[in-house]
Amino acid sequence: MSEPMRTIFVPRDAAALSVGADAVVAAIRAEAVRRNIPVRIVRNGSRGMLWLEPLVEVVTDAGRIAYGLVTPEDVPALFDAGFLSGAEHPLGHGPTEAIPYFARQERLTFARCGVIDPLSVEDYRAHGGFRGLERALAMTPDEIVAEVTESGLRGRGGAGFPTGVKWKTVQGAVADEKFVCCNADEGDSGTFADRMIMEGDPFCLIEGMTIAAIAVGARQGYVYIRSEYPHAIATMREAIRLAYDERWLGEDIHGTAYSFHLEVRVGAGAYICGEETAMLESIEGKRGMVRAKPPLPALEGLFGKPTVVNNVLSLTSVPVILDKGAACYRDFGVGRSRGTLAFQLAGNIRQGGIVEKAFGITLHELLYDFGGGTLSGRPIRAVQVGGPLGAYLPPALFDLPKDYEAFAEAEAIVGHGGIVVFDDRVDMARQARFAMEFCAAESCGKCTPCRVGSTRGVEVMDKVLAGENVEANLTLLQDLCEVMVDGSLCAMGGMTPVPVRSALRHFPDDFLRTPAAVAAE
Amino acid sequence: MHARSPWNPDRAASIIDAHRRLRGNLLPILHALQEEFGCIDEEAVPLLARDLNLSRAEVHGVVSFYHEFRRTRPGRHTVKVCRAEACQSMDAEALIDHVRRRLKVDFGGTTADGAFTLESVFCLGNCALAPAVMVDETLHGRVDARRFDAILSAEAGR
Repeated sequence: MSEPMRTIFVPRDAAALSVGADAVVAAIRAEAVRRNIPVRIVRNGSRGMLWLEPLVEVVTDAGRIAYGLVTPEDVPALFDAGFLSGAEHPLGHGPTEAIPYFARQERLTFARCGVIDPLSVEDYRAHGGFRGLERALAMTPDEIVAEVTESGLRGRGGAGFPTGVKWKTVQGAVADEKFVCCNADEGDSGTFADRMIMEGDPFCLIEGMTIAAIAVGARQGYVYIRSEYPHAIATMREAIRLAYDERWLGEDIHGTAYSFHLEVRVGAGAYICGEETAMLESIEGKRGMVRAKPPLPALEGLFGKPTVVNNVLSLTSVPVILDKGAACYRDFGVGRSRGTLAFQLAGNIRQGGIVEKAFGITLHELLYDFGGGTLSGRPIRAVQVGGPLGAYLPPALFDLPKDYEAFAEAEAIVGHGGIVVFDDRVDMARQARFAMEFCAAESCGKCTPCRVGSTRGVEVMDKVLAGENVEANLTLLQDLCEVMVDGSLCAMGGMTPVPVRSALRHFPDDFLRTPAAVAAE
Repeated sequence: MHARSPWNPDRAASIIDAHRRLRGNLLPILHALQEEFGCIDEEAVPLLARDLNLSRAEVHGVVSFYHEFRRTRPGRHTVKVCRAEACQSMDAEALIDHVRRRLKVDFGGTTADGAFTLESVFCLGNCALAPAVMVDETLHGRVDARRFDAILSAEAGR
């Protein structure tokens, strides 16, 4: 009797590949051939439990069974143990969806990520894909905008601007053409959710952008992806090609009067192009220089036309809102922060990855209940929340609920939900210096407070680090921060002081150096 | 592995031509030129200016603005080491020291045998598996000195 065909999932996500997923696939194939067992290997996205990658899942009668941290050398033993029928093994974690890290999440945006074959339209459809778009195609643009507004969705790129309000502005603008641009220039350290969903569920982004286009009356869209993400670029391009083939993109989408064309544009290593107006300049083929606002991109955006600029996670949240309704989405969250956010646990963390939860969860829960503390096993000393322009927070603030307003009150930002963990060996004065150094390297140079202020900031911090006139130099640093906050054109210069000041406020001892102490180091 | 085609104005012209219908086509063209020739050749600037009806200064301004565009040919492989916060928290500094010693070059430099060009990068999106390194388009996570040496040996053999 021949063996039944077995289905095995091994992610194609870049993070999984970075720790050897391809080699594991090769080993499984070779071992299956050797044992004469027919296997079908599906290259899915990542489930987001990145500390378990490469995570191999086997389809059994009891659902998908997970085996984590698999190396090619483990593969023969897994076969011996009977992993194809979900048998126990030291690397086994039981049913994937029962793993506490996963089971305790509220997956709306990432519902399909890691579950399906990212480049199968059929699989996407089978898991609820394109249902939101189908509903949108039967609605008026006004109704779509109202639905998104009702849901309470706010921009997931960091600024938290209500998505529905932005769409309404573009919809109301009169012009011969309009655009939808997706900002996939995910340059902030500690963030990888955009990359993961583009690699794991690319049709979801296509669907979200198409819904946006219908709502505002755009016929052309661009996904601007950073060049550091070759896997996401390739996956998005292939998904767009498949969507055209199946008439989810192009002229007269599925026989309706709506048309939408979508193209990937690749960045070129400039962090500032994550700022929306710099991104528009870059798509136009220019230097990524920030534009003064107003005019808002919603009125004068790409090529001077009304343009929706949304982050990947804002747009990938749209299909589920249209599919399940605004009320369903709004039911998650607290206060004026509705829905879920894909928190990203990064840096020195034992269980790093994606945690999609409703707003209101505390940092403590994220860092310890999900993250399991530091990877180094040492105490957490600081976390940086919301990217390189986000605040450094000490453990005393870990009980702050994660919502936009509570964080704003603490002079911190939720941003895109990226959280970078540092243990007790971190030198916060050096982190403050780095914030200035990063700004100096990545400033577009248009406004003086950012361009010159950041360079002066590095110089001042070098003096502080050397223990030179520390008190006077810290006063100067505070002055400099004030100028940057008040005088910069965009968030690059305007928010670089956030990590600097928070480091100084919460970790003052790291800054109070004396020349003698520095010399003794 | 990078393309090593020598500069060829006819080939460059046909690359430009292939992108003619795209709006805002300068970046896509620069990417395509760099992929073909390994860098943005000095001679590409006047060619682009003439063809796209821009000034040389405008083209030069774009090429020099973006970190990704090179003016000189890199080694056979490019090694990008992340030095952003998440990797810092996992001691990327120590890794960077090791990489510099091992390759005997600093950021921006190419090894004497022309095999590797070392570059720094701010974030490769692999922040839960830091420190991260990218060799050409292959991403590596949880890289320490030993793993880096193994990656390098494997690449040098290619």
